[in-house]
Amino acid sequence: MPIIKTQSLTKKFKDLLAVDDVSLEVEEAECFGLLGPNGAGKTSLIRMITAVSPPTKGDIWVLGNNLRTHSRQVKTILGVVPQLDNLDPDLTVLQNLLTFARYFDIPKNEARRRSLEVLSLFELGNKANSRIRELSGGMKRRLLLARGLINLPKILVLDEPTIGLDPQAKYLVWHKLSELKSQGVTQLLCTQNMEEATVLCDRVAIMHQGKILSLGSPRELMLRYVGSEVWEIEISPEERGKTIKELDSRGLDFDEAGDRIHIFHIEADEQVTGLVNFPERLRRRPATLEDVFFRLTGRSLIE
Amino acid sequence: MKPFSWRFIRVWQRNRDVFFRLWHSEAPGFIAEPIIILLAMGFGLGAYIGLVDGQKYIEFIAPGIIASYAMFSASFECTYGSFVRMEYQRTYDAIIATPLSVEDVTAGEIFWGATRSLMTGTVILVIAAAFQLVPSPWAVLIPAVSFLEGVMFASIAILFTSIVPAIYSFNYYFTLFITPMFFFSGVFFPLSSFPQIVQTLSWIVPLTPVVHLTRALINGEFHAYLLGALALIIILTVLFFSLSLITMKRRLTV
Repeated sequence: MPIIKTQSLTKKFKDLLAVDDVSLEVEEAECFGLLGPNGAGKTSLIRMITAVSPPTKGDIWVLGNNLRTHSRQVKTILGVVPQLDNLDPDLTVLQNLLTFARYFDIPKNEARRRSLEVLSLFELGNKANSRIRELSGGMKRRLLLARGLINLPKILVLDEPTIGLDPQAKYLVWHKLSELKSQGVTQLLCTQNMEEATVLCDRVAIMHQGKILSLGSPRELMLRYVGSEVWEIEISPEERGKTIKELDSRGLDFDEAGDRIHIFHIEADEQVTGLVNFPERLRRRPATLEDVFFRLTGRSLIE
Repeated sequence: MKPFSWRFIRVWQRNRDVFFRLWHSEAPGFIAEPIIILLAMGFGLGAYIGLVDGQKYIEFIAPGIIASYAMFSASFECTYGSFVRMEYQRTYDAIIATPLSVEDVTAGEIFWGATRSLMTGTVILVIAAAFQLVPSPWAVLIPAVSFLEGVMFASIAILFTSIVPAIYSFNYYFTLFITPMFFFSGVFFPLSSFPQIVQTLSWIVPLTPVVHLTRALINGEFHAYLLGALALIIILTVLFFSLSLITMKRRLTV
């Protein structure tokens, strides 16, 4: 049984269809990624799944409980890490966690024990009595993550968990998230960071304009849309027309991106030999999820 | 409208903890100001006014000061205080992601606002008693009246907070609603000193019945119309409390 299931989930604001008929299933103990450009509907989808925003249409089940009737039970087993900092600035770091634990009815002693535990998990142990405004941006983000674990959630919902973190902190967070996954915590991860999705997610859904365009493991998606490697040509404007003609005549799958052309699904090197006069302008590199992302959602700005 | 649950107490506790952490930044204003008004107006203006209905002027205004500052406490808490928590600190967003509902948050805010009224009303009552301005033992019921009054004004304030676009809108709330009540609800002058139209208006604004009820408890003088005053307070409280649960839900669940 999937741990999260949505059926024909739709969210409509005044004249904007934010989420358009989304049906998906998240399996227990997997990390499920939601990728998409700004305004794709990721946050709206997450807000519905975390029971803070009612769907316009459709249903959500978490552990078999319909959210329309069991939102309180479901919220008990969710850990939510929001994109925007909503830590309580009137309280210290430790008080933030204790107060949050109280919302979940966790007894005082247990709350204290768990608070200190999650603080040290995210290397904030020496900040317990600091005020929120004394924390750096990265510390606040780690505290939000720590707070999301206070109720030992079965499902962790993360909205851009490493945005604004330095590389050290980012790797720390990634490491902790994979540890949690191996302990059986299901993760629903919203991100714009393709590397993050590749590293952490078992499956990703690429969203665009409220719909899920494609779904699969990062590897599957790469093979499906770009192949395992991408050939890149750096091209001058004069050569452009000629090269594109040549690519077309060879029946190759390619995209234009500024001063570059990306060629996909190349199986043999011969397919690209002789395309350019200067061989140093033709390069090959491993495919990334970003290539998939661009192929599916286009290269122009969306907002 | 969905009802709230006992979990509202978690929001109340959160606000209590913050208040007692930071009380020194807020409490003196709410205690010092009414005492200054009471003494300045009571002794200063009182020297010229002499007796009102057979009472000293300072005795006449003491109950109204209790009722007014209890009103101010709940009103500030649930306008500026609640708005900051809701819009700037995003505290409500954080809370409704836990097992608490919007209704629990709203009720917690209202009962916390009412608790502020209770504290303010009680402190001023004790100080007034120290100045021997509280002749009747019935005055022990005043904290209960202040709390009920607090639920009423906190509900009205939260209702307003749930519909305003920006924090500046509260200027209207205070200059057009709260402050006029302070002057036209029989706190400083008997209602009979006003023109008929103002008297009629005074009787329907929510502070007036509270002032009369508080005054009756301080003096131990009861009249049948006080039952009407109490009924009016209860009706307004239930009405605005229910409305605020609906409008807050609408504001927070988008």
